[in-house]
Amino acid sequence: MDDWGEFMKSLIAKPVAVIVLLFARVITAVRPFWHEGRLPRRRSIFFANHSSHGDFILIWAVLPPRLRRRVRPVAGADYWLKSRLRGFIGRDVFNAVLIERSRDRRTADPFESMGTAMKEGSSLILFPEGTRNQSDEPLQPFKSGLYHLAASHPDFELVPVWIANLNRVMPKGEFVPIPLICTVTFGEPMHLAEGEAKDMFLERARGALLALAPKKAAAEKVDE
Amino acid sequence: MSPTQFDMMILVLGVCGILLVASFVGHVLERRLSPDGTNAAIENLNARINAWWVMAILIAIAFVAGPIGVLLLFAFCSFAALREFVTLTNTRRADHWALATAFFVVLPVQYVLLWIEDYEIFTVFIPVYAFLLMPIISAVRGDTQHFLVRIAEVQWALMICVFCASHVPALLTLHIPGYEGRNVLLIAFLVIVVQLSDVLQYVWGKMVGRTKIAPRLSPSKTLEGFLGGVASASLFGAGLWWITPFSPLQAGAMAFLITLMGFFGGLVMSAIKRDRGVKDWGHLIDGHGGLIDRLDSVVFSAPIFFHLTRYFWSPA
Repeated sequence: MDDWGEFMKSLIAKPVAVIVLLFARVITAVRPFWHEGRLPRRRSIFFANHSSHGDFILIWAVLPPRLRRRVRPVAGADYWLKSRLRGFIGRDVFNAVLIERSRDRRTADPFESMGTAMKEGSSLILFPEGTRNQSDEPLQPFKSGLYHLAASHPDFELVPVWIANLNRVMPKGEFVPIPLICTVTFGEPMHLAEGEAKDMFLERARGALLALAPKKAAAEKVDE
Repeated sequence: MSPTQFDMMILVLGVCGILLVASFVGHVLERRLSPDGTNAAIENLNARINAWWVMAILIAIAFVAGPIGVLLLFAFCSFAALREFVTLTNTRRADHWALATAFFVVLPVQYVLLWIEDYEIFTVFIPVYAFLLMPIISAVRGDTQHFLVRIAEVQWALMICVFCASHVPALLTLHIPGYEGRNVLLIAFLVIVVQLSDVLQYVWGKMVGRTKIAPRLSPSKTLEGFLGGVASASLFGAGLWWITPFSPLQAGAMAFLITLMGFFGGLVMSAIKRDRGVKDWGHLIDGHGGLIDRLDSVVFSAPIFFHLTRYFWSPA
């Protein structure tokens, strides 16, 4: 019975993924800007700004299929396991590495889960702000996870990725998306420098990501 | 084969011929001047020509599919244009429902009104009903910051991207005595003249352009390009009189009006782009930029062309 369920799940997962991607494209006409026009390498950790649950879908959508197959988003288990449908979408469709964000409820070490995925040859999509950014700041302070991954996996390139406009497509609390053009900008790949302290590295990574944000979005112009 | 189909076939062959010549010239230029793909101008030219092929084929498919094909094509154009336009506006969270209404209610309704050929409502739906409804939806949310700017921008976006653009397929609904069943050729006339005028202005400008006509709005537009483009496209339009209900002279005058409106439409849309600090409206069409970059002149000429044709050629 369970095998049958798993089989059915894997059967529907592919078409569901195609539909989600198609929907994302219709709504956002998403377009990538690669760093110096080059595609990212196979072993990368993409770290991006986080303003919407759809963030990783846009990164996923712009990656060419052969890279996309090996990219797994890192997402909060508390959100993605709340209902069976979310669990199906998070685990089966997007093959997310689900981690428990609250320390008390942890049954598995998040770094172990991520490390296993990387050992299997997967790249990761990571949102180092930890939670969705609801503030007026463009980017919140980074959690330390990115540093630990960089220190333990020096063979992975760290690629900053700025996702623009998705927060306007679907602001918090709304459920109808507004079609708006979104862009995904990939920055220069970086590594942890020799002997670089945690805070220094996190600040450097945050600066690299922030530098990719559009200079002055039209949306803020009137507010000056 | 009916006379309409025959005329359409000649048009398709003509457009194919022009594009074949363009592709050939582009190919020769590339071999000569940009063998390793380094000359940006040539690469852009070829990207544009390739995009022209795609656009021409899409329009041809829509024509073959009949009225529903044309309606769906332009409904999609309205959708993509509105998506580009709203991206550049100052909307706030309080506009969310107004925008959702614009995309998912106003736009489809406008094209359904065309489908059922209800001209009375079609022509007032956005200028009257949407105009009054949209600010109400925004006001209910209670955010007053930049209120007038926000509602004005959304209304403008709807007028340009949906109301004006829908006047191209609206040509199908006209009843012109002696022209029954040939209305799709009016769309062909409009689109060919406008787009040809854009291309000819570009070509004339590149060849003999010296005097900048609007340096602050659109630095690449020249007086010589404008005069040469408008004159040659108007002549070409006169030569297309056989697909229209007009005489050659009337067709030329219509083409002249269309190209003038198209030129100034391009200027207006450029002014908006400059204000928002962007070069293109988007990236939908390779080499051209966004859909609005290609559609701006059509959008400005279509309502005028529609109304003049309706007023003078279609008895009430």
